[in-house]
Amino acid sequence: MATNGTPLLELEGISKRFGPVQALDRVDFTVSAGEVVGLVGDNGAGKSTLVKAIAGINPPDEGTIRFEGREVRIHRPQDATDLGIATVYQDLALCDNLDVVNNLFLGREEIAPGPGTVSRQLDEVKMEHETADLLSNLAVTIPSLRSEVGTLSGGQRQQVAVARSLLGEPKVVMLDEPTAALGVPQTRQVLELIRKLRERNLGVVVISHNLVDVFAICDRVFVLRLGKAAGEFKAEEATEEHVVAAITGVGDGREKNQQEPDETERKPEEEGA
Amino acid sequence: MSAAESTVADGGQDGQGSTRGQAIRRLVQGDLSSVRVVLGLVVIAIIFQVQEDRFLSAQNLTNLMLQITTIGLISVGIVYVLLLGEIDLSVGAVSGLSAAVMAVLSVNHGWNAYLAIAAAVAVGAAIGFLQGSLFSRFVVPSFVVTLAGLLAWEGALLQVLGKTGSLNINDPKITGLANTFYSDTVGWIFAAAIIAAYGAVLAMGYRKRVAAGLGDGGPLPLIIRFVFLSAIVIAAVAILNSDRGVPLAVMILLGFVVGMEYVAKRTTFGRHVFAVGGNAEAARRAGIRVNAVRVAVFTISGSMAAIGGVMAASRLFAVNQNSGGNELLLLAIAGPVIAGTSLFGGRGSVWTALLGALVIGSISNGMDLLSLSSAVKLMVTGGVLLLAVLVDAVARQQRQTSGRV
Repeated sequence: MATNGTPLLELEGISKRFGPVQALDRVDFTVSAGEVVGLVGDNGAGKSTLVKAIAGINPPDEGTIRFEGREVRIHRPQDATDLGIATVYQDLALCDNLDVVNNLFLGREEIAPGPGTVSRQLDEVKMEHETADLLSNLAVTIPSLRSEVGTLSGGQRQQVAVARSLLGEPKVVMLDEPTAALGVPQTRQVLELIRKLRERNLGVVVISHNLVDVFAICDRVFVLRLGKAAGEFKAEEATEEHVVAAITGVGDGREKNQQEPDETERKPEEEGA
Repeated sequence: MSAAESTVADGGQDGQGSTRGQAIRRLVQGDLSSVRVVLGLVVIAIIFQVQEDRFLSAQNLTNLMLQITTIGLISVGIVYVLLLGEIDLSVGAVSGLSAAVMAVLSVNHGWNAYLAIAAAVAVGAAIGFLQGSLFSRFVVPSFVVTLAGLLAWEGALLQVLGKTGSLNINDPKITGLANTFYSDTVGWIFAAAIIAAYGAVLAMGYRKRVAAGLGDGGPLPLIIRFVFLSAIVIAAVAILNSDRGVPLAVMILLGFVVGMEYVAKRTTFGRHVFAVGGNAEAARRAGIRVNAVRVAVFTISGSMAAIGGVMAASRLFAVNQNSGGNELLLLAIAGPVIAGTSLFGGRGSVWTALLGALVIGSISNGMDLLSLSSAVKLMVTGGVLLLAVLVDAVARQQRQTSGRV
């Protein structure tokens, strides 16, 4: 799909260090509106650290973040939310004992007008109405909006979590392993939902281990290895082998790959490893 | 009570299933635990009635209602704590201490009755606030904080009562709380008001849903609920009127149950309590101030304990060293659990405070009528609690196997 114009979100030279561990090392990363970017890499490659840096959970030590061309600072999760960056974590953070409507509106409940405002009475009807609208826009089918989330399948829960992230009208949505632990039909539902996000012209970042899913859904694949950018591919042009090579550092990915400088001395030699 | 439970418990969300079948299933599922409790009540009533035909007399049923007001009021606060998945072991001691404060202010210092009562409730609220703050700030298990409270406030009770260890309350405004009965006419006015208000709430909710175009199971489930509730209210008032009349204490208990059920099920705060009890981390990420909710809930629990203590003092015409002691605490916790509020947090309703108090009160009252020893009474009550918890655990397992967590 077309990546149009200025990137929505631009990261430049992002570094993050946890004690002796260089979790991110001068990473550049962009997402445009209407684009799905797959963020892949081995365990410990820095995918989650990068997402957490963008989400304001672990602000980066160095580097600049630009949002819609403007330089911004993201120090707290609230900063990211205010900019319009929503994150759906792997554990989904849903309340199993509450129904779909209540989970969607958790923390941003609609208050009934009139005398009910004093007690902050819930406007259940309005919330259910909006939930129904949102889910049908996203072509998400859930048997009853009033069924407890704990009774839903893994795919439905994932869809609820994604739908919930959209309530704040974000411009960028980041999904952490959205298809992990899902069966085939459920994975298809979730991928379909991600396509809907792209149709809404959102920038989407998908962290995934599953290259099949990544190639099925992403426009661009961004590979991290040991905290560094290890390759960037257009999904149409690249093959899984290229990406795997970049992930593992074997052979040469398609070289946007910079040299891998020694952390202390920066010897500008040997690439890959 | 089943109708009252079902209807008001789900009051705001009536018939939210999208088809008639779902609406009916919801009605049944949502009420399963209360249906169970009501069946239990019927069995208890039959057992005692067979052995002692005074059990179902109007006089005894009125006594029963008066006996359960203290436990019921304390349980209202306990329900909130249980919804969080926490426990408050201090409520018995807090009820005794608050009542003692009221008695000392009223009797020894000549305070106005209402000011003395307000002071008692303030003491309960302050204690709850303190315990809730300690629990949430230092992440100590609520069990330990309130266990320490249980000991400390019992000591404070002895301290406040001083050497005599007992104070008789003579202010009629205080003793009137538990000893006022309304005339037949007023009783029927209450009945009419309750039925009318309930009907209006149901009708307005239904109309709003239809207007919003949300598919509905038709008005039938609502009508069934309405008829049930009306029948129960009419029967209750008729019985109470044939004895001394509707007691003020029962109206106070009902008022708190309805009010706190409204807060739990229909307001943002109540929704946050359920969310924190269901998944505190999810609640935190959704921007809910989890610790504030916890402190508020323990404050409610302390306040309701104080109100229960005031009611107990009013009934006894006295506060003594045993106030709030004995098995009051455990019965107040056992009641909601017996009636279906989960010990694991996130599930339950304030109606279980009333239903549970009725079950426990009936057993205790019936055994008193049969002049059984307290040894037998305690063992039977313990057995009933164990049974209830086992049923709750089995229900939970079934939910899990069918995918409901």
